[in-house]
Amino acid sequence: MGVITNITSFSRNGLSDWLLQRVTAVIITVYICFVTFYFLAQPNLDYDQWRNLNGLFSMKVLNVLTVVSIAIHSWIGLWGVLTDYVTVRLLGPKATFLRVLFQIGMITITLIYLIWALDIVWGI
Amino acid sequence: MNKKRPVNLDIGTMHLPITAYVSILHRISGVVLFAIVALFLWMLDSSLSSEEDFNSLKECMTSLIPQIIIWLSLAALAYHLVAGLRHMVMDFGFGETLKGGQLGAKIVLILSALLIILAGVWIWV
Ligand code: HEM
Repeated sequence: MGVITNITSFSRNGLSDWLLQRVTAVIITVYICFVTFYFLAQPNLDYDQWRNLNGLFSMKVLNVLTVVSIAIHSWIGLWGVLTDYVTVRLLGPKATFLRVLFQIGMITITLIYLIWALDIVWGI
Repeated sequence: MNKKRPVNLDIGTMHLPITAYVSILHRISGVVLFAIVALFLWMLDSSLSSEEDFNSLKECMTSLIPQIIIWLSLAALAYHLVAGLRHMVMDFGFGETLKGGQLGAKIVLILSALLIILAGVWIWV
């Protein structure tokens, strides 16, 4: 028998979801550290400096990697939370329908975030 | 059948270990962060769309309510990050004993408290 899969999980495979959760966490952490040190180093940051920074190709790559990572990371994370609590054992037979509904909502919000974020960071 | 048999574990009546709190807070902070992403994106959007928007965002950050919201958001982020790093350290097999787990949980609480205080210093001092 194969590994049990679930169509609403991110990669349909627990092990690669697990790995992606960690890889994306590291990428988001790199972004947070960089921006934190940048803000600390530039206490009087103005618009031109900020825009120039985000207009650099290398910064655009970091921005895109980060927003894509946040989308994948929250998809996997919220999938785990929903499959833990919105279950037939805890809520009865309606749970599966309810969970899929929540998951569709979560996936929709994630995709809206992603499109919005890409629009912000790539257009500069 | 004996009516007094225990039917369920009621965790509301149990004393939870420190590791349980660290773990559930990581989960709660993750879910909260998902909502906060909208706030961060809105700030990123205004800070990059025009000089006026950038300056009004900066102006907005001088009043108390927005400052508190940002501080709480950074607190959730700092906690989730530190607890997440511990998670990954444990995935590599470090600190998986009972003692190691408790020590790691304490380190997470102390380190994230420190970062949250520093975030407050950055905003208000
Ligand atoms: C905007 C940023 C973030 C959001 C919205 C987010 C959201 C989440 C959510 C909802 C979960 C699931 C929680 C659970 O199952 O208990 C999670 C898990 C996790 N997060 Fe984040 N997270 C973010 C940033 C980060 C960062 C910066 C790190 C860096 C260390 C991180 C590390 C982790 C790890 C390691 C897990 C897996 C925990 C497990 O396997 O139980 N996250 N995240």
